[in-house]
Amino acid sequence: MTITKTHRDVLGASALRPDGVAKVQGDFSFSSDLHAENMLWGATLRSPHPYARIISIDLSGAWKIAGVECVITADDVPGQLTYGLISEDQPVFAKDVVRYMGEPIAAVAADHPETCRRALAAIKVEYEILEPLTDPERAIDGSHPDIHPDGNIIRHQRIVSGDITATAPIVVEGTYDIGMQDQAFLGTESALALPDHDGSGIEVFVATQWLHEDRKQMAKCLGLPEEKVRLVLGGVGGAFGAREDISLQVHTALLALRTGRPVKMQYGREESFFGHVHRHPAQIWMRHHATEDGRIVKIEARMVFDGGAYSSTSSAVLINGVTHTQGPYQCPNAVVDGYATRTNNPPCGAMRGFGVVQACFAHEGQMDKLAVATGIDEVEIRLRNIIHTGDTMITGQVLESVAPVERCIRETAALPLPAEMSSHPHELDLPGGSGRTADRRHIVRGIGWGVSMKNLMYSEGFDDYSTARCTLTNGKVELKFATSEVGQGFVTLAPQIARSILGVDDVTYDTIDTQIGSAGSTSASRQTWMSGGAVDGACRLVRERLFEHVGALHGVDPLRLGIDDTDIIDTIGDFRISVQEACADLSISETFEYHHRPTEDLDENGQGNCHVAFAFVAHRAVVDVDIELGLVKVVQIATAQDVGRVLNPMSVVGQIEGGIAQGLGLAVMEEIIVKDGKVRNPSFTDYLLPTALDAPQVLISMIEEPDPQAPMGAKGVGEAPCISVTPAIVAAIRNAIGKPIDRCPVRPQDICF
Amino acid sequence: MPVFIPSSLSEATSLLAEHPTAHLITGGTDFMVEVNFNHRHPETVISLRKIPDMQLWNIDKASGVVFIGASVPYATMEQGELADALPALAEAARTVGSPQIRAAGSIGGNLGTCSPAGDSLPVLAALNASVHLRSSDAERTLPFSEFMIGPKRNAKKPDEVITGVSIPMTNGWQGYAKVGVRNAMVISVASVCLAIHDKTVRVALGSVGPTIIRCSDAESWINSQDITAIDDSVAVEFGNRVSQESRPIDDHRSTAEYRRHAVGVLATRLLQRGTNA
Repeated sequence: MTITKTHRDVLGASALRPDGVAKVQGDFSFSSDLHAENMLWGATLRSPHPYARIISIDLSGAWKIAGVECVITADDVPGQLTYGLISEDQPVFAKDVVRYMGEPIAAVAADHPETCRRALAAIKVEYEILEPLTDPERAIDGSHPDIHPDGNIIRHQRIVSGDITATAPIVVEGTYDIGMQDQAFLGTESALALPDHDGSGIEVFVATQWLHEDRKQMAKCLGLPEEKVRLVLGGVGGAFGAREDISLQVHTALLALRTGRPVKMQYGREESFFGHVHRHPAQIWMRHHATEDGRIVKIEARMVFDGGAYSSTSSAVLINGVTHTQGPYQCPNAVVDGYATRTNNPPCGAMRGFGVVQACFAHEGQMDKLAVATGIDEVEIRLRNIIHTGDTMITGQVLESVAPVERCIRETAALPLPAEMSSHPHELDLPGGSGRTADRRHIVRGIGWGVSMKNLMYSEGFDDYSTARCTLTNGKVELKFATSEVGQGFVTLAPQIARSILGVDDVTYDTIDTQIGSAGSTSASRQTWMSGGAVDGACRLVRERLFEHVGALHGVDPLRLGIDDTDIIDTIGDFRISVQEACADLSISETFEYHHRPTEDLDENGQGNCHVAFAFVAHRAVVDVDIELGLVKVVQIATAQDVGRVLNPMSVVGQIEGGIAQGLGLAVMEEIIVKDGKVRNPSFTDYLLPTALDAPQVLISMIEEPDPQAPMGAKGVGEAPCISVTPAIVAAIRNAIGKPIDRCPVRPQDICF
Repeated sequence: MPVFIPSSLSEATSLLAEHPTAHLITGGTDFMVEVNFNHRHPETVISLRKIPDMQLWNIDKASGVVFIGASVPYATMEQGELADALPALAEAARTVGSPQIRAAGSIGGNLGTCSPAGDSLPVLAALNASVHLRSSDAERTLPFSEFMIGPKRNAKKPDEVITGVSIPMTNGWQGYAKVGVRNAMVISVASVCLAIHDKTVRVALGSVGPTIIRCSDAESWINSQDITAIDDSVAVEFGNRVSQESRPIDDHRSTAEYRRHAVGVLATRLLQRGTNA
């Protein structure tokens, strides 16, 4: 046989996004573009107070406004009054008490958004303002009365590993603060709910990360069987974790069921800041004990993740934090104490990096302190401690994933450093940018490192399977899956998989909805592995049947058949037939459910095989700092990332560059500022995201060591880029200014005072 | 909500006489954001962007004065003849928002809103600009220092339209610098304009007080020195004196301490730039 070289959009090719041109040209239909005949608009009344008792709610003013069709509160929720991803502790509407600023109290449906606004203004809520619990330490020490029936501690998890009395001559410690970051996705929360004609069920178009989980929670609150709630993915602008929790889903559906009319809800940007969870702000103390030659002997740590008013995914974020205490380094002995607290601050939950961002900021700060204390170079100190496949982690779990940490570090180091700044740089290239604050002589350059490991998929015994169907009809393939496309590119990848396995070019995908089994969440860097595994499995089942058909027809043992480009060939003979010819008038459909290997809960000492797999990455940051004004320009990020196998190079570059921009944001500007439980900057005027002028040059090396546990050898690449880039940038700033900074984002005053 | 789009200044002032509570807009880059945020619910709006007279600007070399119509967008000031005549204004204009905002936003809008963070305002203060106002039956001109009377407050009467500004050119260096916590598209945390005319230094500060601050004490001090021979210690002392005249507050964008420090550093650097020290 001979093998054909192909230029088709198969695995490994930089296939273009099917929705790419439409998105760039503005033709793509986002969920906020949805419209239905006879549609009403919905809007939400929210608490202005972080903590208050609701004395009374007077809806009469709203009902009197012409155009108002429906006003609902907690009293109108037909099913379960609360929802939640892990613990169902969050009310659909606050009833007796509000626990965070922005908590929903009522919703209205009316003929126009402006009518909705006036109706909300006409609702009178009498509050008794209570002293908010805003300090997570007071949630832990018990000095504040419980603000929720489930208590002020969402989860406490210890890890005790090895000899906890072990000591070593070099000891470094630090306390690290990580600010509250927002996912700041494009396309604010929006949904369109269409009630069935007989009122017995509902169809909801919504921008979400996980259709089936939304459906499960919605059905419970609506008091409907799950099959009566059908979800369709609306066009999603981005997610980054913020669309995992329920926001407007139940409200929109309830208004539609009550009015019998389609209802659309859409948050503005300011409301969006109150309508979704954020990245947990955290305070992490760590003490590393090491030998004089820099080998880690023991790590002690205490982590406090503030979950805010409701639990969301806080307990899972916490275990990600504590189990990643060691980072990508060996650690024979450890004592870790972690808390996820409940306070009257904004609820926090999933965001890209999911607890590992916070842990990594601390362990990488510690590695730099260790380098200083031992007099060993910051690259060398990391190399001396790196973890390998087969090593036992502090949870007792053996690291089974391919772990090319050394290659990540060495290949990052091998990427070229930027040229020295010229004597007359362009003014926009200096820190301060368009503000023209600095001249060349005010600038000092610094270099810093960050290395991380990140778990892939869900943990602690959760079976987060994914489902896909492949239908081959007359030489065309249609795929069906419920995988939320939030920008990550699964709609590009899935057809690539089918083309590779089946030798068919014409591959389409059906509407993404709940008319097939769950795909799990588009989060935890999991969809390439999980839904990719499901599509891969379904396509392989179809191919098996195709080979049986061809084998029977042409007298070849089906086991000898293989796909070469767009042909079916006898792998040890001369038979060859094009796939198109072979499957004329044939229709084969197969559904496959992919499950990863099972995991376990952690025990009280934090021991257990709780994670599925890991990915690794190194980042080197080069920054220019105006020390006197405290302003920073990130010049370059070099990164080598463990990707397993590159399935779409352009997609991977997009994930890496985007993740770096998000990690840069956390390093130097992005922070939701909360004072006394109140958000001070809920807008893009004051919640600053990096602009093109803030984005650095990015040099990328993709390390391909296919992981035997991954369906196609490919690891998830979504989260790794945004994790260790933040400590790398902060380390570069420290390197430039020569003094410690243990918080992010780094503010000008942290540098210049 | 009625929106009037007059095509002449006299039509605009008559409309304003009829609708004294009307909001005036040109680019709407500030106002429309407030409307979208539900912070304002205007009953009547008069849009000034179709009035040709207000789009005009000219450089009168004989008198040394530049006139800029209130509706001239920042994009026009960023480069070209206006930028050559008023480099500090060009530098300030380049820091305003994004290119889209600069294509729509105008100097009249900056004056109408009169935020202490208005990017062009320290330039107007340092260059001794005057503001032209017209009502249906009168017109008057105020020095900028009398026009801005508080945070988001100015001396414009409800029936007046800001028609433009007259800005005297300087025969010495002028420059502007602004600190924000991002390298572009950011609201000012602290800004400084420094201008030298007839060997006399003037300095004005933005975002560090209820109004734009002209630093009269620091100006007197530096103008008692030989500004042809500024050494580092003099420049730093000047910065310290500028700092002392700032009156910043803590808010979610920054701290008073940082702002006070930043205007001092910027003043030092601008003086060094201006005197090639």
